[in-house]
Formats: sequence, C-alpha cells, structure tokens
Amino acid sequence: MKRVYVQEQWCLACHLCEYACAFANSGQKDMSKALKGVKINPRIRIEERDNISFAVNCRHCEEPLCQKSCISGAISVKDGVVHIDQDKCVGCYTCVLACPYGAIMPADGGHVMQKCELCTANGGEPACVAACPNRAIVFEER
Amino acid sequence: MKYVIIGNSAGAIGCIEGIRRHDKAGHIVLISAEPYHTYSRPLISYLLLGATDEQRMKYRPDDFYQQNGVETILGVAVSKIDAAKKQLKLSDGHTVKYDKLLAATGSTPFVPPTKGLEKAANAFTFMTLDDAKALDAVLTPTSRVLVVGAGLIGLKCVEGILHKVQSVTVVDLADRVLSSILNEKGAAIMQQYLAAKGVNFIMGDCVAEFGKNTARLQNSGQKLEFDALVMAVGVRPNTQLLADAGAETDRGVLVDEHCQTSLPDVYAAGDCTQGYDMAAGEKRILALLPNAYLQGECAGANMAGAEKEFTTGLAMNSIGFWGRHIMTAGVYEGKALEETDGDNYKCLFVKDNRLVGFIIIGDVARAGIYTALIREQKPLDEVDFELIKTHPQLMAFSRRERAQMLAGAKEEEA
Repeated sequence: MKRVYVQEQWCLACHLCEYACAFANSGQKDMSKALKGVKINPRIRIEERDNISFAVNCRHCEEPLCQKSCISGAISVKDGVVHIDQDKCVGCYTCVLACPYGAIMPADGGHVMQKCELCTANGGEPACVAACPNRAIVFEER
Repeated sequence: MKYVIIGNSAGAIGCIEGIRRHDKAGHIVLISAEPYHTYSRPLISYLLLGATDEQRMKYRPDDFYQQNGVETILGVAVSKIDAAKKQLKLSDGHTVKYDKLLAATGSTPFVPPTKGLEKAANAFTFMTLDDAKALDAVLTPTSRVLVVGAGLIGLKCVEGILHKVQSVTVVDLADRVLSSILNEKGAAIMQQYLAAKGVNFIMGDCVAEFGKNTARLQNSGQKLEFDALVMAVGVRPNTQLLADAGAETDRGVLVDEHCQTSLPDVYAAGDCTQGYDMAAGEKRILALLPNAYLQGECAGANMAGAEKEFTTGLAMNSIGFWGRHIMTAGVYEGKALEETDGDNYKCLFVKDNRLVGFIIIGDVARAGIYTALIREQKPLDEVDFELIKTHPQLMAFSRRERAQMLAGAKEEEA
C-alpha cells in the first residue's frame, strides 16, 4: 500500500507539513482562520537538531502495536490504514506507550488520541506531502 | 477444524483474529460465562466516570462475531475440560468437542478472608461490568466509600466514583500507592496528587474486622465508617479448569512461546497465564490487556496451523488520573537514572547496556520509543543515550536505522 515516507536528506525543517496537517484536520476551509493565533497540534512532527531534521508520523505498521494494545478497541485497521475512533477512545494513552515511533499524541484537550490517518478523512492525498516543497515527504509504494 | 475459545475478552478476541488470518473457514465456538458482547474490562472505571458508555465500551463492533463466523455461547460457564476426549462440559449440561482449544479464563479478584466481611453492607469487587453496575447502583452523593487496596484497580475505581460520592478512603497494607508499578518517589508524587483531589489515604494498615458499616483497622485500631465497600486487593489467575485437566500450572497456567499449555492442542492467553516476561527473563503473570491480546493472537495463529511465537511480553502500564498520566514498563533493576522537573518525574532503569524499565509521571509524550528500546533489547551504546534520556526521540538513532523506520529502507540495503 501507499505510505508516507520521509527522506531526511531533503528536509528543510520548514515545518510546512505540520501546518498543512493541522489545517487539513481542522475541518475548516480557510487556512488563516484555521491557524491564525492557534497553537497547532499536528499529527506529523518535525524533529530537528544541528543540521538534521525529519518528519515523523504514523508508519501504519503491518503489525500495529497500538491497535493490539488499545484497551477500548478504538483502534482498527482498514485497508492497511490504522484508524482511531475518537468516540470510543477514553484517553488512557496505552497506544502512546506502545508505539515505537512516538507517532500518537493527544488531540486538543488531551481526552482522546490522534494520529496520522493518511488524510483518508480529508478527501485526497496526504496534505503534508502536497505541502512539502522539497519532496522530503512522499506518498508512494515502497 | 473446530476451534473452541473459553472467554470473551482481549485474549479471546486476539485468538479469533489470529485464527482468521490463517483460516477463514474453520468453525469457531466462543463460550463465556458473562452474557455480554465482548467489552473492555478496564473501561468499567471510565463508565462510572462518564467517559464512555456500554455501547462504546464494546471491545469490537456489534457484528464482530458474525463477520468472523463465530458461534457464541454466552451466559454459560465451562465446568470441565476433558483433554483426553478433547471435549468440554458446560454448566448447562451440554458437551462441546474441540480440535483446538483456547482457555482465556481470566482472573478473579482476590478477597482476603477478613473477620466479619460477610456482614459488611454494599461490599463489591471491581472487575466486571456487573461489578461496576452494582457498585454504581448504591452510590449516592452522601455515600462514604471505603476502598481496600491502593493498586491499579482500586485507584481507577476511586477516579471513577469520587465525583459521585461524599468521600472516598483508601486503605492499603503497603506503605505506598500503586506499589506494583511505582517506586517510592513516584508513589509519593501520586499519593500527594490524589490526596489533593480529595482522596483519603491510610497506608500501612489493613482491616482487622468488618461490621455492617464499619471497619476496624489492624495497626491503628481506628474505626472507619462506610456506606459502600470496594475490595481491590489484587487478582488471582483462574487456573482451576486447566489445572484439573492436567495442565502444568505455577501461579498461573504455564504457556510456552506459542502460547500453548502443557496439554496437546490446548492453548491459553491473558490473565490466567504465566508466560515469558522478556524484561524479567522468566515466566511471570502479566495481567495486562495488551499482553492478553498478543498472547491470544499468537495462540490463534498456531491453532490455525501457522508458526508464530510471542517472546516480547513485558509489564507495561499506562494509567491516568484526572488527566495526569503515568507510564511504566519493564523491570526496575540496574542503575536508576532519576529526573524531576516541576510536576514531571522520570526514572530510567539501565542494566548491562540496555534499558530494562522506566517510570514516567506527567510528560509521557512518545514514551513508546522507550518501550521499544526495552522490547528490542537495544544496546544503548548504539543510540545517542544522552539525547534520548532527555526525551524519547528518533534523532537518537543512526541515520541508517531512521531510514528503516521512516523511509521504508530494507535492512540489507540501508
């Protein structure tokens, strides 16, 4: 299946992926309205230090430990995409304890979890990929 | 092929999903003493808290059994396993034959024999949906609740009910709260936090004698009054059925890396088992939901003829109280690297160039990266340990390992 892959040698640490992610998942139509004055809580996060930077988001593991560990049955896999049902999630954070990549985090408010779902709910290809100016994030089969 | 599963919680569901990966056609029968659709037991405290409801706490969708071709026999207990004849005797008198059996019989609250306990009014344990409903039914805004046991179950119960009642007092013989997962420092932080939320603690004491609405303590002699009592001292694996059938047991039912018991074609998963704990290096009881699922899944795959091993069992707990989270994993051995930063506490345990355990309170972000270090037994001299010690992060790994994690690089080409 197609996944988001990160090529760190091309990452500029511009953080546009984070803004694109936050906007795509905001449910709003206007980017400035969605993001102005807002502390964004994106599902893709840049790590940077010295001259190295790269984006981290859900790997959509073939054997997802988050899903197998979820105590409420809120995490499921559909066509390879690992999905959180935020209505079922109780915010126990067990998935955070299980994910080897640190790719699951609390949604705003901290009561339920969120993660990258490849923009499957946002109608199209992942917004982070579209926003990356340097093809450091790609969406493809590998 | 006829698969029979005893139990209807995480181990059982993991088994069904494990079987169905390899065998779409075999007949699966699931037998459970509880009359409910599969639900998440750890969510009963969230139910009382109002963070979920009976529909949302179902562990799998309503059509799960149908989608997976599972015949359910609910509300009926298994009274005997005949391993020689490969059949079960049920409490309703029926017999059920099996080719492959999974026993996911769970655990039962341990209630220490205490003088006068039978006289105590409104006494409950806190394990099942029925327990939670029964407790909830007697609570009123003027209830004084006594919880015996300051462990995971007792304190999650407290979180669930505190807003509904007048007062909650917790008594535990241990000198600290959450003693199964926290060290002294972590326990002191959490006890102080919980006390500030309004929970009363009496540590290092136990109940010598109960009256109808009273409890006299052993050491202090103090007499407490209560309107409802929750016994949450601990749980014991349900081993009887398998032990009677001849399976090897220690404290739990012993299972191997295939999650098989010592009996042919009989597997076990979840709270009833004692399987390999890779952090401890020995077989231990790991009564945790993720462990139950992973064991059940492994058993199911093997029952369906695949070859699958589960060798990465380890203690791991994520538990929160009113928005403050604790994460722990592994064993607390070796060198303890402690760090306190405001409200946050962290202790990493390092032994023989490996991370073997941790306790984190407060800032639990990305802690799964630490769990993976334990699970993978990653030599710490292969990562930037000074960096990862401050915060879990992938920056601490080599470029080559990151390419495998994030860029889909295969091990050989990276």
